[in-house]
Amino acid sequence: MSRELKGWKDIPIAGVCWKPATEYLTGDWKTFKPIHDPEKCTKCLLCSLICPDSAIKWNQANEELMFDYDFCKGCGICANECPADAIKMVREGEG
Amino acid sequence: MTTTPWKFTAKEIVEKPELFTSGHRACAGCGPAIALRQIMKATRGPTIVTSATGCMEVVSTIYPYTAWKVPFIHTAFENVAANASGIEAALKVMKRKGRLEHENVDVIAFAGDGGTFDIGIQALSGAAERGHDFLYILYDNEAYMNTGIQRSGGTPHGASTTTSPAGRVIPGKPQYKKPIADIMVAHDIPYVATASISSWQDLLVKTRKGLEIEGPAFMHVFTPCPRGWRYDPSKTIEIARLGVETCIFPLWETIDGEYSLSPQSKILALKPERKKKVTEYLKMQRRFRHLFKPEFKHVIDEIQQMVDKRWNRLLKRCNMTQASQS
Ligand SMILES: Cc1ncc(C[n+]2csc(CCOP(=O)(O)OP(=O)(O)O)c2C)c(N)n1
Ligand code: SF4
Ligand code: SF4
Ligand code: SF4
Ligand SMILES: [Mg+2]
Repeated sequence: MSRELKGWKDIPIAGVCWKPATEYLTGDWKTFKPIHDPEKCTKCLLCSLICPDSAIKWNQANEELMFDYDFCKGCGICANECPADAIKMVREGEG
Repeated sequence: MTTTPWKFTAKEIVEKPELFTSGHRACAGCGPAIALRQIMKATRGPTIVTSATGCMEVVSTIYPYTAWKVPFIHTAFENVAANASGIEAALKVMKRKGRLEHENVDVIAFAGDGGTFDIGIQALSGAAERGHDFLYILYDNEAYMNTGIQRSGGTPHGASTTTSPAGRVIPGKPQYKKPIADIMVAHDIPYVATASISSWQDLLVKTRKGLEIEGPAFMHVFTPCPRGWRYDPSKTIEIARLGVETCIFPLWETIDGEYSLSPQSKILALKPERKKKVTEYLKMQRRFRHLFKPEFKHVIDEIQQMVDKRWNRLLKRCNMTQASQS
């Protein structure tokens, strides 16, 4: 692991954060992972709207949902709320 | 005053860019993170965000990372409303001097319940009295979560927290929740609303109204916290919905002090048989687990009585009366 420790002169004034959080992957936190069933899905987009981690992306071009496992923390809210029962949570590594 | 009946479609919202992005470090299933993400989708143009210390500030700006795609200023625990006042005043002066390149810049202040009901209330009250034009968002997870679940003025009666622990004698927090949104209505500001992450459309519409209305706007958002309320993270939205369906957290707004119920609560006023009992909500959360012991059962009755009392008071304010109670 590389770790650059900066001196006070190198740190931005007022501790301004300068790296986008999207460079920090939270996907490896998960124990369970959502598996999407496009057959059952009605594309209501509810899951995408309520995911706390913006991990369910809507691809405008091909009108498909994409689960971004780099950020999904496996909370299971999407599976709990999906009105079409189109998302199943499975243990990470088993799906 | 603008009262545009805004409507957002799901497609329009998911296609809007994320201004509060992935990679934040809130716990899995965090209710406040859902609120922030959705609220930022209702912005109408250039926006400056400022936030009091608390979970949402901490998880979104862990140095050197930021989950914000808008200018974001972290302030102390107690003074986010003062900070928002200063930002708004500066924008006004810049505009007058012709130094603002945008026609309009909105200001949003975020704070938790600790930062609003308790330590931040004087800054908030002052900003409301001075009439600054900004939207204050209270994301209410009903305790000081970031420092380890201490009770606040927003923690409900009977909840066990680390500073109101349920023991053999005392069944959790003795006091009731402070009616903070009504306190803000009493400031005679143009817009006050309550919202829940279980009704995304209502939350977005109210956010937009709060931004459009000139002068101070205050929105109290119900945001369950799996960590502090002790439930499975997949239940965050379900619990928020139950909060509304039991009338523990009714949805309403005031425009110039006139109360009106929002659809999800109005239906319960019209069809009281759909109003659920508080036990349905309480039993899902381990912070209330002790209330189901025989010796503390009376606390559940007290909670139900207080919920009914406040609900009936709200109905009167909305010029509605509860039909027969089922
Ligand atoms: C003056 C002051 N006192 C105490 C703290 C420590 N502190 C940081 S966050 C926090 C709790 C915040 O609670 P709340 O506003 O409810 O937000 P939450 O963490 O629940 O999202 C406390 C006590 C502080 N930062 N400043
Ligand atoms: S909530 Fe279910 S049905 Fe709706 S888009 Fe998501 S997976 Fe499809
Ligand atoms: S499990 Fe949670 S984090 Fe993962 S996609 Fe579903 S809602 Fe988002
Ligand atoms: S403690 Fe609660 S509010 Fe704080 S990040 Fe975790 S889930 Fe969210
Ligand atoms: Mg809190």
